[in-house]
Amino acid sequence: MNWDWDKLKQQQNTGGPKVPPDLNELVKKLKGFKLPGGPIIILILVVLFFGSSIFYTVGVDEVGIIQRFGKYVRTSQPGLNFKLPAGIEKITKVKIKRVYKEEFGFRSGGRDPRNHFPTGSESINASLMLTGDLNVGLVPWIVQYRIKDPYRYLFKVRDTPKLLKDMSEAAMRLVVGDRSINEVITKREEIAIEARLVLQKEMDNAEAGINIVTIEMKKTNVPEPVQPSFNAVNQAVQEKEQMIYKAKEDYNKAIPAAKGEAERTIKASEGYALDRINRAKGDAARFTALYAEYSKAKDVTKRRLYLETLKEVLPKLGQKYIIDSEQKNLLPLLNLGKQNGAQK
Amino acid sequence: MKSKGIITIIAAVAFFLVAFASAYTVDETEQVVVTQFGKVVGQPKIEPGLYFKIPFIQHATYFPKNLLAWDGDPGQIPTKEKTYLWVDTFARWKIVDPVKFFQTVNNTVSALGRLDDIIDPAVRNFITSYNLIETVRTSNRELEGLDIDDENPRKNKRNLYSINTGREKITEGILEQAKPKVAKFGIDLVDVKLKRINYVEEVRKSVYGRMIAERSQIAEKFRSEGKGEARKILGEKERDLKRITSEAYKTAQIIKGKADATATKLFAEAYGIDPKFYSFVKTLEVYNYALDKNSSIVLSTDSEFFKYLKGDFSKD
Repeated sequence: MNWDWDKLKQQQNTGGPKVPPDLNELVKKLKGFKLPGGPIIILILVVLFFGSSIFYTVGVDEVGIIQRFGKYVRTSQPGLNFKLPAGIEKITKVKIKRVYKEEFGFRSGGRDPRNHFPTGSESINASLMLTGDLNVGLVPWIVQYRIKDPYRYLFKVRDTPKLLKDMSEAAMRLVVGDRSINEVITKREEIAIEARLVLQKEMDNAEAGINIVTIEMKKTNVPEPVQPSFNAVNQAVQEKEQMIYKAKEDYNKAIPAAKGEAERTIKASEGYALDRINRAKGDAARFTALYAEYSKAKDVTKRRLYLETLKEVLPKLGQKYIIDSEQKNLLPLLNLGKQNGAQK
Repeated sequence: MKSKGIITIIAAVAFFLVAFASAYTVDETEQVVVTQFGKVVGQPKIEPGLYFKIPFIQHATYFPKNLLAWDGDPGQIPTKEKTYLWVDTFARWKIVDPVKFFQTVNNTVSALGRLDDIIDPAVRNFITSYNLIETVRTSNRELEGLDIDDENPRKNKRNLYSINTGREKITEGILEQAKPKVAKFGIDLVDVKLKRINYVEEVRKSVYGRMIAERSQIAEKFRSEGKGEARKILGEKERDLKRITSEAYKTAQIIKGKADATATKLFAEAYGIDPKFYSFVKTLEVYNYALDKNSSIVLSTDSEFFKYLKGDFSKD
């Protein structure tokens, strides 16, 4: 066990076994350092050291990747596990159940991610994109991913999260570059689905061992200077609707009333017709009846009717002049006009 | 006894040192080239595991085996139509021949420098030799414009935004151009991607201006559409009003006319028996209505009524 103890001491004192220059001096020091009962304590320490490095626990959401002399040998499942001591086998725990999140083009946490982009150029640049109709859109998004294959995740790519970041930007721009600004704003779901496909393919090509759970689009928009004009379009749409509704309102105000009025006109004419016909019937009947009696005594009836009428009419008249049939010269002296004018 | 113990310890330490110096491990992500006084000895150790070498004489140099990142220096590049773009690229590469790599570039830092020298110009070449739209778009997928049916502008747009090459082909082209150049360093270039393409600041401003103009034109279109639609409805209102009132008038007149006709028929039937008597009766009736106290009458004693005033009985 001696050499183990030495090694341990070296590691503790020099911080690593790779620096061996003043080794003899060190050994001398160690010799002098040795106290009664020391070996037993050191022995216990050594046992503890190895003891602690041969068993380990793996959490429920992770797996342990065991490398023996650097070479991958096995994957250990959650629970208590054993391995060869440190220096021979090495464990790396990978959380395969956890869903990791990367944010692009905005910073979450307290701030409203919709309009309030931090002025930092990094995050705004991540979301600024050219669209297929050569406009500029703001596209923030979130990528959620899981480690699907811990072996690949650890060993196939250096700095897998960076790969993921770069690739998601490239994938998102690829997808957005094939869409118009309108589609970018209105069809976020479609873009998210396609970007996920593209990104997953790139990840598989790179053997990154990552599974893209989902890509979630945040509120896509146009850059701030352009936003008012986009809002103006929405406003114009509203105005258009409003104008149409106003006109319809006018229409609805007038037409039913006019229909009612038309009904009234027709009914009134029907009333007129009834009135006219009834009166005509009445007049005709009266005349017929009168004629029946008249035809029995024509002359007398005629005179009677004439005189009856005069009896009624003459008292109503204002001026009455009776002129002898032989004195025709008097007539011009009558001042008919003056008489009437003064009375009025 | 004591010196013997010391000797034992020293021997053990020495043995351990030698063992330690001669053994080395290669990680899953690493590969090792062993050199002896600067000269490469044997095959590179690509498989991970425990290896031994002659201590102090042979030297192990580690190289990464996994996929490495190259991040391009973002810079301004003009497109074929001289629009300045801000282009940010990245690439993935691998050391496939560690010996060659060791001999030519020695370490990853200088390798990144070489990659800069090769990939950046390739990117520049490709961006400058294509129109902007080719770098932005990937396919000729039909873009969905605004939901206004403008026949002519859309046709123009289709021509303006159609592509022959596309972004994927361009990045492939860059890769193809750069790949053979880096192969001599023992490097395999896996892919080159355009991470970000944006207009440079000044261009962006004018693009914003264009976008604003485009939008306000659309907004105006919506407004005038609204006006037009409203006018149309108002016109419909006027037409319907006229139609309704005139139809009513027509119907009313027909009804009245029929009534008049019926009345006329009734009168004609009744009065036709003796038109003279009718005119006599009716005239008397009219006298009654038409004459009142404002009327003056001059009657001659010749008249039927006053003939008796002069005592004329001759006619009886």
